[in-house]
Amino acid sequence: MSVLSKLKETLACLKAGRVTLPYPAQPLHAPERFRGRPIFDATKCTGCGGCANVCPAREILLFDKSQEIRVLEYLGRRCTYCGRCADVCPEKAVTMSHEFENATNSIGDINQRIELFMSTCQRCGRCFKEPAALDQLKMKGYRFDDVEQERWVFRSESYFENEPVVDDIKIEWD
Amino acid sequence: MLKSLCQKMFGRSLWVYHANSGGCNGCDIEVLNVLTPYYDAERFGIKLVGSPRHADVMLCQGPAMRSTAKALQRAYDAMPAPKIVFAIGSCACGGGIWFDSYSVLGPVEKLVPVNFYIPGCPPRPEAIIYGVAVALGLVDKKTAPVQFKQIELPIPRYHPEHLLGREELVVYEKVEKV
Repeated sequence: MSVLSKLKETLACLKAGRVTLPYPAQPLHAPERFRGRPIFDATKCTGCGGCANVCPAREILLFDKSQEIRVLEYLGRRCTYCGRCADVCPEKAVTMSHEFENATNSIGDINQRIELFMSTCQRCGRCFKEPAALDQLKMKGYRFDDVEQERWVFRSESYFENEPVVDDIKIEWD
Repeated sequence: MLKSLCQKMFGRSLWVYHANSGGCNGCDIEVLNVLTPYYDAERFGIKLVGSPRHADVMLCQGPAMRSTAKALQRAYDAMPAPKIVFAIGSCACGGGIWFDSYSVLGPVEKLVPVNFYIPGCPPRPEAIIYGVAVALGLVDKKTAPVQFKQIELPIPRYHPEHLLGREELVVYEKVEKV
């Protein structure tokens, strides 16, 4: 009886085949919605400090090195990859990547540091990035004013070079 | 140096001792996941042992806590001499979300010297295998510190003394990049 049951078990095990992943030899991709290491895009960053404000682990540091240079430093040691920095970023400069292979022998390998030029306010002396955020909003789209009726059109949906200008334009009247 | 030492010392197998000093058990479950047939860690010779006296490697999970600090240090001291410590999870690497509370002392490296860090909350089982593979010298580490500096101000800066009147127009003489 015992031999028979063991044979059955052997058969069941053989049927399953090989399930072990050949992982470190072959790359393995994380699922679509996996949040890995956040990546800071320095070209998009305006230095507003929203990510530093909202980080629950307080791992994004922000300090003004001088009157005109603002340093943003992501240390990432105790980052829990919650994605709140990517959520709050107005310029979408923070993206949660799929990187999970972050194992290192020195903890300093996972930090990211951005230095940005800022302008100083004439009144309060604090840094801000020029041009001002309101001006940037206007500059995003083509100006496509209605000349015949002499009205401004503030916003258009297409502003990349490859996209057609006129076809999918959505006009919002002032 | 450490790499060559690893290859010399741990030629066959790593016996792993699993020390939780006050974590939330998330990383423990991922470590146990590594030992399942799906990610079969025994093909690298990794074996979980119950006592630090049999172990080569200590896997630390959870931050250094006030209540378990002495126990963790004693477990580290009990391990035989060529020993490696892995800090698994963001608690062990940096102290976790509650790094500044009373009962948490900080990252594990405050108590025991840490050789390898595997950040993540919790790290994927693949990430843990990758960390072990980095330690064994099977793969190279992928991360490196990133630094970006703006050297040139991207916007031209105007000086009012260069504004010159020419007939009807006011012309800006030279655009300067700072």
